[in-house]
Amino acid sequence: MALTDLANPARFLKFANSTIPWLSGVAVLAFAFGVDQAMIAPDDYQQGATVKIMFLHVPSAWLGMLGWGVMTVAAFGTLVWRHPLADVAAKAAAPIGAAFTLLCLVTGSLWGRPEWGTYWVWDARLTSELVLLLLYLGVIALWRTVDDPSRAARAAAILTLVGAIDLPIIKFSVDWWNTLHQGASVFRLGGSTIDPTILIPLFIMAGAFTLLFATLLLAAMRNEILRRRVRTLYLLQASAAS
Amino acid sequence: METTAHLNFIAASYAAAVIIIGALVAWISLDYRAQRRALADLELQGFTRGSGPARTEAVKEAAKEQA
Repeated sequence: MALTDLANPARFLKFANSTIPWLSGVAVLAFAFGVDQAMIAPDDYQQGATVKIMFLHVPSAWLGMLGWGVMTVAAFGTLVWRHPLADVAAKAAAPIGAAFTLLCLVTGSLWGRPEWGTYWVWDARLTSELVLLLLYLGVIALWRTVDDPSRAARAAAILTLVGAIDLPIIKFSVDWWNTLHQGASVFRLGGSTIDPTILIPLFIMAGAFTLLFATLLLAAMRNEILRRRVRTLYLLQASAAS
Repeated sequence: METTAHLNFIAASYAAAVIIIGALVAWISLDYRAQRRALADLELQGFTRGSGPARTEAVKEAAKEQA
């Protein structure tokens, strides 16, 4: 099956139905291995055992941003190419990205209390991450406010493109401003500052989180296609009754 | 004392992950079942999409159960 074939919703459903079972199985196995590696990873020489929160916090932060990245690409697909699955993907990705962003904020707060002495501080990294969560909630609300999916898609696409400004702000906030949050330590010029005994389990967990994200996105897109079919049939039923 | 307190924060983080991801998985799974059920009900009433298959797997299963 060519990638372009997936533009057809019926073919996409067939692809999703055959892919979701084994992809979810691989994700579960990856999580089992990742959590095992995270638990046996050594404590950090400064932070002690609380470094184990990083194995949840960092991947969820990446996927919160990836979710909005997916929506941004989909927004182009909606506004420029009018791709049939673009707004389906955008709508499906929003609650998933919001959930990972929420998890990032919760785990960050629980990590901050023992390390910084506070659950929350209004520094640039934390605030821009909170803005991302609010953007997610805004775009979800927008989808629910407008009844016609194609009109909602265009409005949500514009909000998504505007909101994409927050992604580089999150990434570079620790460089542009003085923040309590630490600077970049994984992807940075000169290499990671994290020891491989902790970095490798982090990448395994990030892989597991990404597999979960892909599985949930496929499943949510399948739901959205079915929801639109149901909507079409309800309209048909209503017109037949009148 | 300090180690125990930190373990609480670690446990709370993993519990939050289980709750948030679990809720997301449950919501998507329940939504899938709800959409399939609604689609099957409508197709049993004779409302089908012109461009789609007239009888989906869900309808076939429902028809088998009724038979």
